[in-house]
Formats: sequence, C-alpha cells, structure tokens
Amino acid sequence: MSLYAQRVETKLRRNSPDWAAARHRCRAYRRRILDLSQQVTAMHVAPAFSCVEIVDLLYNNLMRRDANGSYRDVFLMSKGHGCMVQYVILQEQGFLSQNDLDLYCKPNGRLGAHPDYETPGIEASTGSLGHGLGMATGQAYAEALKGSEVLIYCVLSDGEFQEGSTWEAMMMAANLRLDNLIAFMDYNDFTGLEQLSEAHPAFYPLVPKAEAFGWEAVAVDGHDQAAMHAAVMGRRGGRPLLLVCRTVKGKGISYMENVAIWHYRSPNKEEYQQGLRELADEAR
Amino acid sequence: MRNRFADTFYELGKADARLCVVVADISPAGSIARFRAEFPRRFINTGVSEQIMIGMAAGMAQRGLRPFAYTIATFTLYRPFEMVRDDLCYQNLPVTIVGIGGGVTYSTLGATHHAQEDVAIASTIPNMSVLAPCDPAETESATRWCASQQVGPVYLRLGKAGEPDLTSKAQQAWEFGKVRQLRAGGDVAILSYGPIMKRAMAVADRFEATGQRAAVFSIHTLKPLDREGLSRILETYKRGVVIEECAPNGSLAMRLKELAWDLRAGCRLDTFTLKDEFIHCYGSHDDILDAHGLGTAEICSRLKLA
Repeated sequence: MSLYAQRVETKLRRNSPDWAAARHRCRAYRRRILDLSQQVTAMHVAPAFSCVEIVDLLYNNLMRRDANGSYRDVFLMSKGHGCMVQYVILQEQGFLSQNDLDLYCKPNGRLGAHPDYETPGIEASTGSLGHGLGMATGQAYAEALKGSEVLIYCVLSDGEFQEGSTWEAMMMAANLRLDNLIAFMDYNDFTGLEQLSEAHPAFYPLVPKAEAFGWEAVAVDGHDQAAMHAAVMGRRGGRPLLLVCRTVKGKGISYMENVAIWHYRSPNKEEYQQGLRELADEAR
Repeated sequence: MRNRFADTFYELGKADARLCVVVADISPAGSIARFRAEFPRRFINTGVSEQIMIGMAAGMAQRGLRPFAYTIATFTLYRPFEMVRDDLCYQNLPVTIVGIGGGVTYSTLGATHHAQEDVAIASTIPNMSVLAPCDPAETESATRWCASQQVGPVYLRLGKAGEPDLTSKAQQAWEFGKVRQLRAGGDVAILSYGPIMKRAMAVADRFEATGQRAAVFSIHTLKPLDREGLSRILETYKRGVVIEECAPNGSLAMRLKELAWDLRAGCRLDTFTLKDEFIHCYGSHDDILDAHGLGTAEICSRLKLA
C-alpha cells in the first residue's frame, strides 16, 4: 500500500480480501443475472457481465462501511446499462428486496434497465452516457470541500470516453486535484454497434491520454480483483485515479463473449440453459 | 440585475457555507468577485465547459451543497441541455441555474448569444421552476428564494445591467408562484416579466393617456404558472395584453391563451412576443426588441393607442 493510501484508508471497516470467495460471488451474480434475463425480452446482460468483478470489488471490498454497516464511500454507476450487477448485489446486501428484482422492468416495480436516483443504494440516475463522471466530480469536490474522508467511486463504459462531456469531467477533476475520486473504465472494447479498437483507432492509447489530462492512470485486468485492488491501494494520490480495466464483454458465457448483439439481447431458453451449464463448469 | 444578484448572493453566502457558485468562464462581476476572493473554494470556474458546470453542480447538490450554476443564458441551458434535464431535473436537485442576459440582452453578439427561447425551453422540463424577475428588487427576492428553497431545480433568468426600479411602489410583495400586481387599473390588464417590463409600463402609460386604466402584473414565476391568479385576471378584465421577451412557442402568451380556452374566458387578448425567427441585425437591446416588433410605438399602434 502506498504511503498516500495508508494515510487516506483509515480505520473504517473494510473486508479483508478473500479472492476465492469473490470468484464464487461473481459466478453467483452472473447466474442471477441470467435468471433475471428470462423475465424480459431485452436487457443488457453482456455489459453487466464485463463489470461483475469491478462492481463486486467495490461493494464487497473497497467501499468502507460505518460501524452500523452502511456504506461511507459512494459508488456511482455511470454506465447505467450495467446496473443489473448492481441490483443483484444490492439485493444480496438487503438494500433491495427479492420482490424488487421479481418486478424488474415490470409495472409496479421500481427497477428499470437504468438506475434511478433515490432507489435504495443508487447514487445517481444514469443511462444516458457521459453524465456519471461529471456528477462524480461534483460529489468528490463537495466531499473535499467538507473535509470528509469519503471516496467517490465511479464505473464508466469505454464508450463513455467517446463523449466530450466525459473529457470535460476528466479535465476538471484533475484541475481540482480530486484524489478522492477513483474511476474504473470497463474497457470491454465493444460499444452497442461494433468493436471500438477496429472502428475508432484514434480512441487509443488510453492510459497516456488519461495521464495527459492530469490523472494517475493504470492499465489492469478488469477480471482480476487482486490486481485492481493493488492498483487502488498503490495509488500515489494528489490527483484522481483511473483504472483502465481490460474486460471481456459477456465474460463467462462463451457465445456471448465479444459478440456485439449481446449488448441488448436476452438469451432464449436454450441459450439460458447453456449459460447455466458453462457457469457451473467454471465452478468445478 | 447582475449586481443585485451578486450582492444578494454574497450576503447569503457569508451566512450559509453550502452556497457555491459554478461558472463557465464568465468574469465574476461586483460582489461575486468579492465572494470569490473571500471563499475561493466555493467559487469554481469550469472554464469553457458547460456540461461539467451542470454535472458538477448536480453532484455537489447530491452531497448536500447548494450550487448556483452561472453563465450567459444560452450557455446555461442550450449547450448542456441534457445535463440540465437528466442531472438536475430528473433527479430533482436544488440547483439554481442563473442565466445572465436572458432573451436578446446580448444584442450585438448575434443569435448565438440570444436566449430567445430560454423561458419556453426551461418551462418544458418536468420539475424545473422558472423565475424571471423584472427589476433589481425582484432579482433580490428571487435570489433569496432560490438559496433556501426545497422545491428542486430553478432557472433564474436575469437581464444584465441598468434595469430601472419598477416595483418599489407595488402594493404586493414578491411571492414564489404568485402573480404580482405592480400597478392598479380596471380597464385593461398588462402581463409581463423580465426587463421588458419597462416597455409594459410605457404601454400602460399610453393606455392612461387615452383614458383607460391599465393594471400591470409581473408574472415573475413562469413555472409553476399561477393558474389561479391568472384565471382571476382573465375573469376580471375585459382586455388583456401580454408583452414578453420570449419566442412565441411555449411563451406566456401561448400558455395564457390555453388557460383562457379552458376557462371559456371572454376577454380580448393581445399578445406580443419575440418573433419565431433569428434576427440578423445588431444594435442596443432596445434596437433588437424593436426589430422583433416589440417597440413601444409598434405595440401601441397594434393596440390602436396611437
């Protein structure tokens, strides 16, 4: 852990890492998302699967809790279409009920395909891309102004880094030297239509771009929680941190991995059964 | 107006540490400069970046602060429209958007700087309140309300400088969401808001000169519209006149006519708005209002007051 992190990461409650348990949890989350995918015809399964390890790391490790169990740190899901993984974790932790999940995208339910502010555990309404980092910057600035020790975590899709508004936020967060802001880019290399690296070569390089905008930036495997944890704990401070997390869209289900259509599609019955088998095989 | 806003904000900001200003590369005038000098961390300049101005203001409000996002009216609403809609209004956050130079105030800068649809656009978004004071005193009342309200996002539409006092003799105090009578009269009701109120007063004088008593109302709260107060006016007066610095679509004029239809009101209603077009000419604020057909003489002529 860097000296900076030692100073900031105070005595607030935090689970010590257990990566084997985390792998088990992540498999369970994927399975529950697959189950939910059978309730609606279209949902963002693959974009949720690419950030399961990231979001699990936040809720079950990085975000610190008060003695009463409530989260002190804040997580803002800028890539709102990845919120299925957030929902299943919030349900597991008691912020949402099973009934909430059963009514996902249904009349009388309160959970839609994008997260809505003031739903328990949801820190901002997102869905339209390129909004989250700006709000996270404002949140981080407010906490800095108050002199609090709260950290603001934000998960963005790679596609959101095509939005000019995200770069306005990148610039401003660095200008304000917001070292209480930690962002994760879910770099799965696919937007809704196609593969980023093929269609938009000028999108790269990513780490030097972020560094040029005044951020500390680290490239890391977005399915390797120990690596992401080490990157966060090793941050130097004095500026915001971006983890460029290389991920696989649809991670864990062979037919879904790196196939653009799964940005929107839900598996049919056969595909669902195959998905369950693959997750079970992985567990063995 | 700009200075009175700044003076009021400075005074309120000294007492309430939650109040912050987020500007997008606009020079802080008067007391805002003083506020910046005394509370440098509560004055944030995002530079020429309006999306982050609104996004940051939203995030700050989510963590308990009371930000005022402040720049030229067009750039508060048009450039970052989706941030205004999603970040502020959808989440219903108590952020005040201060649009300086609403309407065609920036008369020499061309239509890129004319916020001629600002009131209409802001009024279409759910949860948004829209305030357009007509003089420095109303600006102060509106600013005080914005700093302490629990309602949600507000678009506070201001002029710029040199607006005369028009309300010190009014019997009624400024109250959010209520029409305010500035001048009494029984024959005709003139409704207006914002700096063009000056012309509404001049038109009222011309009515008086022809022996007709003209009441003048400040419709300083465009949203929520005071349907009850406006209904009373439509039912009391035989003749109504609307004079406003806003494009016709979504204007007070349009909404008043809609209300009049609902009420089956029988009064005559003459309305004067900006034209539904971009004006390619320059000059003073008055010149541009004239070019839009809002010259006092032209209004009086169309009202047969010549």
